[in-house]
Amino acid sequence: MSVTLVIDQAEKQFDIYPALRGVSFTVEPGELMALLGPSGSGKTTLLRAIAGLEQLDHGRVLFDDVDTRRLSLRERRIGFVFQSYALFKNMNVFENIAFGLRARPRAKRPAEADIRRRVGDLLDLVQLAGLEKRFPAQLSGGQRQRVALARALAIEPSVLLLDEPFGALDAKVRKDLRSWLRELHGRTGHTTVFVTHDQEEALELADRVAILNLGAIEQIGSPDAVYDQPESAFVCEFLGETNKLPVHIAGGQAFFEDMPVFRSNGQNHLGPASLYVRPQHIKLVDNGPLSLQGVVAHIRRNGAIRRLEVAVKGYARRLELDLASAVAPAVGERVAMKITAGHIF
Amino acid sequence: MSDASARLSAPVPRYADRMREGFAVRALLILLALAFLVLFLFLPLVSVFAEAFKRGFDAYLAAFDDPDAMAAIRLTLIVAAIAVPFNVVVGIAAAWAIAKFDFKGKNLLTSLIDLPFSVSPVIAGLIYVLLFGAQGYFGTWLKAHDIEIIFAVPGIVLATVFVTFPFVARELIPHLQALGKDDEEAALTLGASGWRTFFKITLPNVKWSLLYGVLLCNARAMGEFGAVSVVSGRIRGLTTTIPTQIEILYNEYNGVAAFALASLLAALALITLVLKTFLEWRYADSIAASRHS
Amino acid sequence: MSLVASEVRWRKPSILPGFGLAFGLTLSVMCLIVLIPLAALVIKAASAGPADILAIATSPRTLAALRLSFGAAFIAAIVNAAFGLLIAWILVRYRFPGRRLIDAAVDLPFALPTAVAGIALSAIYAPNGWVGSIAEAHGFKIAYTPTGVLVALIFIGLPFVVRSVQPVLEESEVDIEEAAALLGASRLRTIFRVILPAVAPALLTGFVLAFARAIGEYGSVIFIAGNIPMISEIAPLLIVIRLEQFDYAGAAVVGMLMLLAAFLLIFLINLLQAWSRKRLGDV
Repeated sequence: MSVTLVIDQAEKQFDIYPALRGVSFTVEPGELMALLGPSGSGKTTLLRAIAGLEQLDHGRVLFDDVDTRRLSLRERRIGFVFQSYALFKNMNVFENIAFGLRARPRAKRPAEADIRRRVGDLLDLVQLAGLEKRFPAQLSGGQRQRVALARALAIEPSVLLLDEPFGALDAKVRKDLRSWLRELHGRTGHTTVFVTHDQEEALELADRVAILNLGAIEQIGSPDAVYDQPESAFVCEFLGETNKLPVHIAGGQAFFEDMPVFRSNGQNHLGPASLYVRPQHIKLVDNGPLSLQGVVAHIRRNGAIRRLEVAVKGYARRLELDLASAVAPAVGERVAMKITAGHIF
Repeated sequence: MSDASARLSAPVPRYADRMREGFAVRALLILLALAFLVLFLFLPLVSVFAEAFKRGFDAYLAAFDDPDAMAAIRLTLIVAAIAVPFNVVVGIAAAWAIAKFDFKGKNLLTSLIDLPFSVSPVIAGLIYVLLFGAQGYFGTWLKAHDIEIIFAVPGIVLATVFVTFPFVARELIPHLQALGKDDEEAALTLGASGWRTFFKITLPNVKWSLLYGVLLCNARAMGEFGAVSVVSGRIRGLTTTIPTQIEILYNEYNGVAAFALASLLAALALITLVLKTFLEWRYADSIAASRHS
Repeated sequence: MSLVASEVRWRKPSILPGFGLAFGLTLSVMCLIVLIPLAALVIKAASAGPADILAIATSPRTLAALRLSFGAAFIAAIVNAAFGLLIAWILVRYRFPGRRLIDAAVDLPFALPTAVAGIALSAIYAPNGWVGSIAEAHGFKIAYTPTGVLVALIFIGLPFVVRSVQPVLEESEVDIEEAAALLGASRLRTIFRVILPAVAPALLTGFVLAFARAIGEYGSVIFIAGNIPMISEIAPLLIVIRLEQFDYAGAAVVGMLMLLAAFLLIFLINLLQAWSRKRLGDV
């Protein structure tokens, strides 16, 4: 059932700005891939191009080895879940889900009994059995989302595409649906691509994450890979929280305010650069080599951890770090810090 | 202490007074508006029925016992039965092209669709006389081929189509635009054909604004006077519609008969208003998008 | 593929079907029913030659008819602007018995055929009519004078102003008036400095729409006007008279002048709406 999805040199120009600039990647059969990026990064355009709702100026989209430009929308068999869900208001839940089956050419249309059984199975799958007579207006946001998904699954899609699947839902429902979708994907195993601007959603849900910026892919990889080994400043800043220190690289070391603060092994840079450090990668230490001096300006509780804001000379913003130990310095106290991991761009 | 109590007992400027007019002002404004409406709207409407029944119910009924009147009613129905469906089809096509696609010249096309509203009905008749009349551009050719347009039913239909052209498209365009394209795209990805998408998804989505447009289109089609009067030649029993028959009767000082026919059209107008109000009230959300363009 | 990209597109590609059919049908009907006939009018008028056009356009009877049509339409539109604003105001802001009925009745001039309106108005405002007899007793004559023309034009133009202003008043936030009141503005000051400027573009649009409609109005006017040449004969009636005399060129020239006015007004309305969008955001 599942296909390999190949995007090859996809390019698309909108009136004045390029929406996609030579995007290429492959989604393996049964893989769950997230397209992550800020608004205007081209992620929705890419998703719509895969679906065939948008035409590419250049490049191809392949399902297994078939160039989709040769396929009609019907032949592509795309399961597309719209951000607005696009449920048909004049049809009840049952008719919405059955729509794709009933729309088939007469020769391929399942018998009425088959349609009933298939829709019944799907309703069970999305846990909406008993609601088939309801109209979209009578459903909650989360229920609508699941109807939209069931409707997309009904045509046995070769690829499942979801545009901001949780965008319109409140935080609690979002969390529930997220784990449910993960589980559902495990059971059905469709090659799936979803678009999101929420990094937490992408990192938690996807097998691999493609990070888009200004119509091009910045990095593509497993959640661990993109988080722990960002390949660009954009990815570093976009994913998770980070401090950005202006440094000078010389002799394999990063200098901040003319003091060496970090050993930049293996990162080929010389001259001015930025050192990106996540809050959990700064430790409080006693004075020593490669340490950074500052004054505690503020302490916040951030769920399970405590976040220190430290004023550092030569840095306009405050350096943020997560406190590992239970003992906290007082506000106004001088501290020394050591950077345990960072990325230089 | 005394200072504080003085402040408390001082008359508090009432917030509500600043927010609305006093009762007297409100009553005066309402009465003024009502007087205007009575003079210009209600009296004319009431007078139609009053004049029609001035000589009693039998005289009223006798007005319809006239072959010319019946012919006028029949012709009015025939013209509406051709012009309205025609404009529904074209109006839907225009709305589909304009609301669902982006192309150069779209704004111009939208303005052109509204053009017949801005043109005097007399001009709507005049242009067809200039084209198809005896001395018109195609006059000789039509005469040679024995085709009658002016002073005949085809001319009346043409003029009616012209003046009612914008109604359907103008209700549908803003509504379709507000709905967006998601539903249609969803249906197409689910494998539906274009026609199936249109009939099962698009049409049900806009049915109330379509009905609204049809209602207004029909009222105008049955009531059009100026354009029809110019192209029809007002030949009694042959090319008179209800409005032109009313004119003939009125000019013959046959007031009761004229107002009896007029009462039919006034009743149609009232039904149209009631249905229109009902649609606006019942399907406010669905029509709101299309009401003010 | 590269061909598609380099080609100048007059239409954005879309996967929705039916553009060709829908656009083709619209454009053909538009050309056949609207554009070609209107072009015929312009050609016919132009074929009269500049000297004749000028002679027809400046003949005293034409000038009198145009003056009456434009002048009465203008005054009627002003009356409608004032009372239309008042009616929209009481409909949106006040609650009183019969409000819904009045709201529905405002559309009556849209729905009532003009010939019906014409004979009804002339029956009421004629010297022996309900209102006409009262006016007559005070020495006024309404029907069969230019005042009668005005009455008919006020009738048909009313809904344009009310329906233009009403939605803007409905959408204008009471917050803004509350803010003005909290800042110490008197009610009158709030009305003139806050509310009226906000509805001004809509009011102007309604005024121009009513004006445009009134210029071309025929059916409701001819019964009440008396149609005395040079005094109460409107321009559309002059066209009809010329046609009945088989003076096609004469009819076409007057028709073209009115068409020209209609185009200018459409242009003006578009400008007004652009202005209002710019000032008030998308309304």
